[in-house]
Amino acid sequence: MTDVREALFIGRTTDGRTVRRPLSPHLQIYKPQITSALSIFHRITGVALSVGAFILVWWLVAAASSDESFATVSAVLHSWIGKLALIGWTAALWYHFCAGLRHLVWDSGHGFELETVHATGRLVLIATAILTALTVLAGFIAL
Amino acid sequence: MAEFTLPKNSKVQKGKTFPAKDAKNAKTFNIYRWNPDDGANPQMDAFEIDLDKCGPMVLDALIKIKNEVDTTLTFRRSCREGICGSCAMNIDGTNTLACLKPIAEVKGEVNINPLPHMPVIKDLVPDLSQAYAQYRSIEPWLQSDTPAPPDGERRQSKEERAKLDGMWECILCFCCTTSCPSYWWNGDRYLGPATLMAAYRWIADSRDERTGERLDALEDPFKLYRCHTIMNCTQTCPKGLNPAKAIAEIKSKMLERQG
Repeated sequence: MTDVREALFIGRTTDGRTVRRPLSPHLQIYKPQITSALSIFHRITGVALSVGAFILVWWLVAAASSDESFATVSAVLHSWIGKLALIGWTAALWYHFCAGLRHLVWDSGHGFELETVHATGRLVLIATAILTALTVLAGFIAL
Repeated sequence: MAEFTLPKNSKVQKGKTFPAKDAKNAKTFNIYRWNPDDGANPQMDAFEIDLDKCGPMVLDALIKIKNEVDTTLTFRRSCREGICGSCAMNIDGTNTLACLKPIAEVKGEVNINPLPHMPVIKDLVPDLSQAYAQYRSIEPWLQSDTPAPPDGERRQSKEERAKLDGMWECILCFCCTTSCPSYWWNGDRYLGPATLMAAYRWIADSRDERTGERLDALEDPFKLYRCHTIMNCTQTCPKGLNPAKAIAEIKSKMLERQG
């Protein structure tokens, strides 16, 4: 479907010829805001978690099929790059969870005052850091 | 559709520099320029301004540039006191009114662009036709079957009237709408924060009798529900209003009537 905004890009020169108008800069110039930064991060962590879900399934399927395949998956996940990815997914999970709770509160019609928005945004970041650190710590102790 | 880069004809190039002559307190204003007549891409011109000889607001600097340096600089302005909404533009990376933005609030050079992700008519003047048409589409006027009392106005209690506070003050400058990434990517069908707050202003009005129809008109995956509570709108509103909250109120009214 053609974007209806296309029509608004037709401008005219002083002597009447048509000319294509430019689109004003957006992402290129808009200063990162805590509001939009946390929002896009919510989406990115959501996508990352979907990918992480495949890894989890891969691990479960391997566990159900044979010792050898489980050993392979285990080896990958225990490599330093595997561990780094798991820590990343843990952080993504906690961030998505905390930010999701924030969205739930918004959906109930609360927490829209700008000071509250900023405070809950910071809270989500701090909570993510603490919960991720605790989870990783628990993981390493269990190992 | 989300396109994160600018089209080829919109890429901004380096422009001219206009140095200030014997200024003790100079500040540089980098201003977006595009002229339909010269067939070139947009460019950023740098104007050095002596702050000792300039009023305190960004609009004062723009007017000084137009008066004394380059008369072809094009921008909208009228009231110079934040009530007309004409001088809405992107200053130092966020949308605001040039007349309400003190130059002193900007550290370093002052970057000035038109409202983001809009067709540019010339320099700092964006084409707002789409936003105005969307505003028109929500029928922003009182609609009622009950005739008005013959001897006076339609009455409201103080509480009913108070529900409109924080919404009637909107001056339709579209700073919020053009700060919203959802509007950037889906502005052809998503109504955007300014128009949605205007819609809620009539939904919340005790004298209006078209609440059902107004909600019906917004029951659409794009018009209303492209709002993902990003909150850039509330963050940027130069009048300190809260469009995001008004949109949340519409969403909860939608749920309420589903029972």
